[in-house]
Amino acid sequence: MDALKAYSLMLTIRFFEEAIERLFLEGRIMGTAHTCIGQEAVAVGVAAALEPRDAMTTTHRGHGHFLARGADAGRAMAELFGRETGYSRGRGGSQMMMDPAIGFYGANGITGGSIPFATGVALDAKIRGSGRLTVCFFGDGASNQGLFHESLNIAALWRLPVLYVAENNGYAMSTSTRRGVASAHIADRTAAYGMTGRSVDGNDFFAVRDAVAALAADIRSGKGPALLECLTYRLSGHSRGDPRVYRTREEEADAWKNDPLLRMEAHLKSDGLLSDAAIADARRDAQARIDAAVRFSEESPLPDPASLRNDLFA
Amino acid sequence: MRTITFTHMLRETLAAELRRDPSVFLMGEDIGVYGGAFGVTRGLIDEFGPERVRDTPISEQAIAGIAIGAAVAGQRPVIEIMFMDFITLAVDQLVNMAAKLHPIYGLQCPLVIRTPPGGGRGYGATHSQSLERLFAGVPGIKIAAPSNALDASGLLQTAIRDNNPVLFLEHKLLYPHRFEVPDELPSPIPFGHAKIVRQGEDLTIVAWSHMAFAARQAAAKLAAEGIEAEVIDLLTLSPLDIGTIVESAQTTGRVLVLEEGPKTGGFSAEIAAQIMEQAHDYLEKPVRRLAGADFPVPSAKNLEAACLPSLHDILVNARELVS
Repeated sequence: MDALKAYSLMLTIRFFEEAIERLFLEGRIMGTAHTCIGQEAVAVGVAAALEPRDAMTTTHRGHGHFLARGADAGRAMAELFGRETGYSRGRGGSQMMMDPAIGFYGANGITGGSIPFATGVALDAKIRGSGRLTVCFFGDGASNQGLFHESLNIAALWRLPVLYVAENNGYAMSTSTRRGVASAHIADRTAAYGMTGRSVDGNDFFAVRDAVAALAADIRSGKGPALLECLTYRLSGHSRGDPRVYRTREEEADAWKNDPLLRMEAHLKSDGLLSDAAIADARRDAQARIDAAVRFSEESPLPDPASLRNDLFA
Repeated sequence: MRTITFTHMLRETLAAELRRDPSVFLMGEDIGVYGGAFGVTRGLIDEFGPERVRDTPISEQAIAGIAIGAAVAGQRPVIEIMFMDFITLAVDQLVNMAAKLHPIYGLQCPLVIRTPPGGGRGYGATHSQSLERLFAGVPGIKIAAPSNALDASGLLQTAIRDNNPVLFLEHKLLYPHRFEVPDELPSPIPFGHAKIVRQGEDLTIVAWSHMAFAARQAAAKLAAEGIEAEVIDLLTLSPLDIGTIVESAQTTGRVLVLEEGPKTGGFSAEIAAQIMEQAHDYLEKPVRRLAGADFPVPSAKNLEAACLPSLHDILVNARELVS
């Protein structure tokens, strides 16, 4: 994935998430969603370093990861609209989408719920000797769940080919990392499991991509699992309707100055890869893609409740 | 014909499945060299190696979750939860991931969770429970509960070949019991077909797992008193063969449902409700449930006995039902 493609993906994610927040406010979609505004460089940086055969799991805040991995924005949006054309035929909503065709094993809505799942996909890869790397996204809050510790311990013991990506966005809902995580960094926790742990600036696409590429090479060569902590900031609230009373507007304004999109644009401009006009074009194209995804969703049929009857078991 | 323990039958069946399908593998605590807390997997590591008979750390939630991920990715894991009481640690992964994979995501999760429920050995309140009720009402999980070695083999084969999560109950009192079986392993037994193990016209006794084993003994004693009981062994709680139960209820008009777990909120209540809905006009008396006490299973022998339904209790309840 080249830098321009990465930038285009970051824009797609940003506009997808902004569209969702708007659509909720307008009452055009129901339920809930957890947007990843401000975290696009993590999603795309990680995806950029992976191979098509690799696997990925995510969290409740997973649209960015899914789109970065290659999800169809229309089908993802349609899932949020509760349509038959959605990835889970409207049954799963925002938090429950998977697409094994692109190695994406989604989430289930339980914080940290996919950490052992990813570890199991890595076990399968080890059994097959497939060379497939599994990336497991989770947040600072999830790193406190018991199953985080259980999974890392087993992955290290069995030398499973999994890269745990701790997306430290500063908050687990309203609980800041400072108040929730006893160690200074999530990456510090890996010492307990004899596993490599690194931290990286999660708002720098290139830093994330390069860190993942280096760790992935080690993991594929059999050195065992690793954890990459991506330091970022959740610019949006936890979920829709979050009044964000647990942090100041000054803190947020500061964080917006570190917007990964702005940093990407600055980088590409200084590299001579993008002009202001090209940036405007890219933004317009990305917005058009999202608008098309919304139109596709609104024109898609509702799922039929009768279809549920025989689908409980395989 | 030969005589074989429940444990041995399970071991033979696991070995046959491991041979038949290279994607089948076992995971659990102390199942390797130790052979499992109840000896079910003893010796399997010698034939199949430590990768297919995998010891794990004490991490029930991760064991379940890792097995789920491996299953979706294409393997066929059979995990062992040492005592059913410990399954509470894995409930989140089984309920919120395994059970949702097909209905919500359209994916297959061929996972078997083997575990021994039940009291009767004085192991105490956290090593003696029958917790199938925690899963019986969770859409997306199948539950098999054999009462004898032959059914255990047939149901376990089906469980392993099923592409859905299956909870497989091996009541610990059944493990050492010897059963007469054919020399060859039986064929797989399909889920959702309850077995009428004994025909009778005076009352219907519905049970699963060890209570179905006890029901057979009770029926023999009742016959000596001139009471002919029809004994239905569920074989699977999910899918539940309510049709066979209703048909029997329509004939006898008197139904006794047996359950080892505490009476309140147990699966026997579900069965009773369904019988009431579908066979009400045929019932001479309300459906009767005989179940465990609404109290944690105590350790002292006499206390434990007072809290679990006994053979004597079955006879008393059956006689009252037909009087």
